[in-house]
Amino acid sequence: MNASPHWIEPFPHGIYVRPADAWIDPSRPVPRALITHGHADHARGGHQAVWATPETLDIINLRYGRYDGENAVGYGESVDLNGVQVSFHPAGHVLGSAQIRLEYQGETVVVTGDFKRRPDPSCAPFELVPCDIFITEATFGLPVFRHPPTPDEIAKLIAMLEAHPQGCVLVGAYALGKAQRVIAELRDAGFNDPIYLHGALEKMCALYADHGIDLGELRPVAGTDKSELMGRIILAPPSALADRWSRRLPDPVTAMASGWMRVRARARQRGVELPLIISDHADWDELTQTIRDVGPREVWVTHGREEALLRWCQLHQIRARALALVGREDEDDA
Amino acid sequence: MRAFAALVTQLGYTRSRNAKVALIADYLRATPDPDRGWALAALTGEADFSAVKASAVRTMAMERVDPELFRLSRDFVGDTAETVALIWPETATPTNDLRLADAVDAFATVSRARAPALLADYMDRLDSEGRYALIKLATGAMRVGISARLAKTAFAQAFGLDVDAVEEVWHALAPPYASLFAWGEGGPRPDPEGTPYFRPFMLAHPLEDGTVDLADYAAEWKWDGIRIQIVRIGDQVKLFSRGGDDITLAFPDIAQHMPVEGVFDGELLVRGEAQMGEAASFNALQQRLGRKTVSAKMLAEAPAFVRLYDLLIDGREDLRSLPWHIRRTRLEAKVPALPADRFDLSQVIEAADFVELGRIRDGARDAAIEGVMLKRRDSLYVPGRRVGLWYKWKRDPLTADCVMMYAQRGSGKRSSFYSDYTFGCWNDEGELVPVGKAYSGFSDSELKWLDKFVRQNTVNRFGPVREVEKSLVLEVAFDSIHESKRHKSGIAMRFPRIARLRRDKPASEADTVAALRAFIT
Repeated sequence: MNASPHWIEPFPHGIYVRPADAWIDPSRPVPRALITHGHADHARGGHQAVWATPETLDIINLRYGRYDGENAVGYGESVDLNGVQVSFHPAGHVLGSAQIRLEYQGETVVVTGDFKRRPDPSCAPFELVPCDIFITEATFGLPVFRHPPTPDEIAKLIAMLEAHPQGCVLVGAYALGKAQRVIAELRDAGFNDPIYLHGALEKMCALYADHGIDLGELRPVAGTDKSELMGRIILAPPSALADRWSRRLPDPVTAMASGWMRVRARARQRGVELPLIISDHADWDELTQTIRDVGPREVWVTHGREEALLRWCQLHQIRARALALVGREDEDDA
Repeated sequence: MRAFAALVTQLGYTRSRNAKVALIADYLRATPDPDRGWALAALTGEADFSAVKASAVRTMAMERVDPELFRLSRDFVGDTAETVALIWPETATPTNDLRLADAVDAFATVSRARAPALLADYMDRLDSEGRYALIKLATGAMRVGISARLAKTAFAQAFGLDVDAVEEVWHALAPPYASLFAWGEGGPRPDPEGTPYFRPFMLAHPLEDGTVDLADYAAEWKWDGIRIQIVRIGDQVKLFSRGGDDITLAFPDIAQHMPVEGVFDGELLVRGEAQMGEAASFNALQQRLGRKTVSAKMLAEAPAFVRLYDLLIDGREDLRSLPWHIRRTRLEAKVPALPADRFDLSQVIEAADFVELGRIRDGARDAAIEGVMLKRRDSLYVPGRRVGLWYKWKRDPLTADCVMMYAQRGSGKRSSFYSDYTFGCWNDEGELVPVGKAYSGFSDSELKWLDKFVRQNTVNRFGPVREVEKSLVLEVAFDSIHESKRHKSGIAMRFPRIARLRRDKPASEADTVAALRAFIT
């Protein structure tokens, strides 16, 4: 684009903030890292100094251990890194997830990390942050992705459970964020029965509860009698759906909570009988509406279906470019 | 439309056969006429609207969506109907007030030019589930993982009828099957008397490793043509293929020469040049299937005849509840009344015992022989495959070691897997040239391995096709080999499938085209 490098420069392994000598969500170890949220493809180990929200640091500590220099920055707080004003703002993706706002010599850049706009009882809501350059994700950046209202999907889950009293409903949900959100949404819908958990979800649910997210009564599947699991909702990471682990369950209906469930073949490939379109990422309408709302001078797209979002920007005469970062996964179902 | 859309969606996510049958049965009981009849027609593949084609669906979508965004979406989703259903811009909350029967009536009468606008109007009234079901219905390609037989089973179960009794009258009826539902709800059985209609074929199981006692079983050749049923009642004659498709117009040389009333079961074959009495290859027949008219040249070059296997109805007397040997005697008595150049009798093979029969089978040289049929001498003529009654004992397939050259993604549930493989053999110049394409024969775990191999060994991409490193040997099984202009190698395989992955074998040791040519029949 420009002949002289901008003060923010994309590289395949992360976004470099030159004056601060810091990287955003780098995929390999660096001296100074700014981290948007706790998912593995954004929060790698091995950095020397890290800036992130306190919730994100707690999540990282639980999953991967500690960094040498941890700097907790709460939502709305600001730090000065060599003249760059850095602040963190809710992204609405998972607990602690943040957009990172950077201001340098009068120019403002926002890096969204992963985000969504719709309500989520398990994390703080997305905050609109005006900027000159808007660096956005595009996981669901195709116009076929339109997530339906979450309460409708939760109602489908409860209806299936009621129609299947002699069995159980096994819901595949990503261990950080999606699982806790599905539980919190169920509680909001008035579902107060105990919910049973695969062992891989227990610690993260406890962490959410410690942060004041009310998940109601949770019980481990391990050690529970098969007959007690009848008529229950059971949550497990997606990898466990087709695993031998699920054989201990009484006649499970396999459900999966993910934005990818919008596409039939995606659901069928995983043997999903009850697709629940519940996503922690912005859908197409949210992505395009957010770009309109933020009204930036320029849009950069980090990962996902960037081609289609670039095409949309072109049709709407908005300057845009793709960054093609490596190592980003289509994590909504991991 | 809402109930039908919900049914289509649920069927798409249901794996168990019994659960699918129960879903359809519930729907058929709960839905009024004629909607349920049209739904049944859609599920059995009998709803077809000539004015509404896949191109109409695409045209309609392009008027609402940017073509580039549509293309990117279609690439990701892997199915045009689903892409349109998902991408359709919803202006307001859909009313979902469309009746299935109203849509069907409109599709049946709409012109080709008006079809996209009609569809678009419906799209605006439906939610994404409804849009998907409607497009599938309109284009006649449901593909929701159920067979026509399963839908009929569901109908029978919904109303406590016997599925074979349903099958028997099915082909004489047309959608929306009002008389069929009336029968289900206690009315009289539909009476197709006086019309030439299809009777379901009796089919055979493969004889795996066992043997049978020739005292109980008669042996016949299994001919490599097209199974056909000839029905004559009064002066109306109809020809049906195995699935019940009407192929009368493609074979006037048969239809115009059946002089007697009745229902015959046989194999449609064509005579090869200069080999009177012997059947020519399957390929010649394929060229005539599906035609509405046949040129005089074709009739002269590839004259068809029928080798008769069975007599289901003699005059108007139904023989199906009589044992095979009695039907056979009746058939033999009938053949002299038929023109000899159009109809002959499939001969019973005389063998002292099973071992001798095996020798006869392996020694058969006629290219039109696929193997041997074994029929229980006392078997009644019952639709479908029944254990223990008829067996097919095919000649062993031929195999060749070929090298994977190109791969392409599959469709439907394989839409993320590279599951279609083009493979080749070495020609005289030492080049690999394609000899065939296969997309079956491997297990799910082998498919995963093959998919990974393709992704890790891609050397070139041509649109959806990946060229791979020529290193993987596939053992390919096939039924026969023919001359072909479609492949650079000049040969083509019939029914190729992957028999084994030969990861142990270097590509240089794969077979040559010259070796394959030796199999040409």
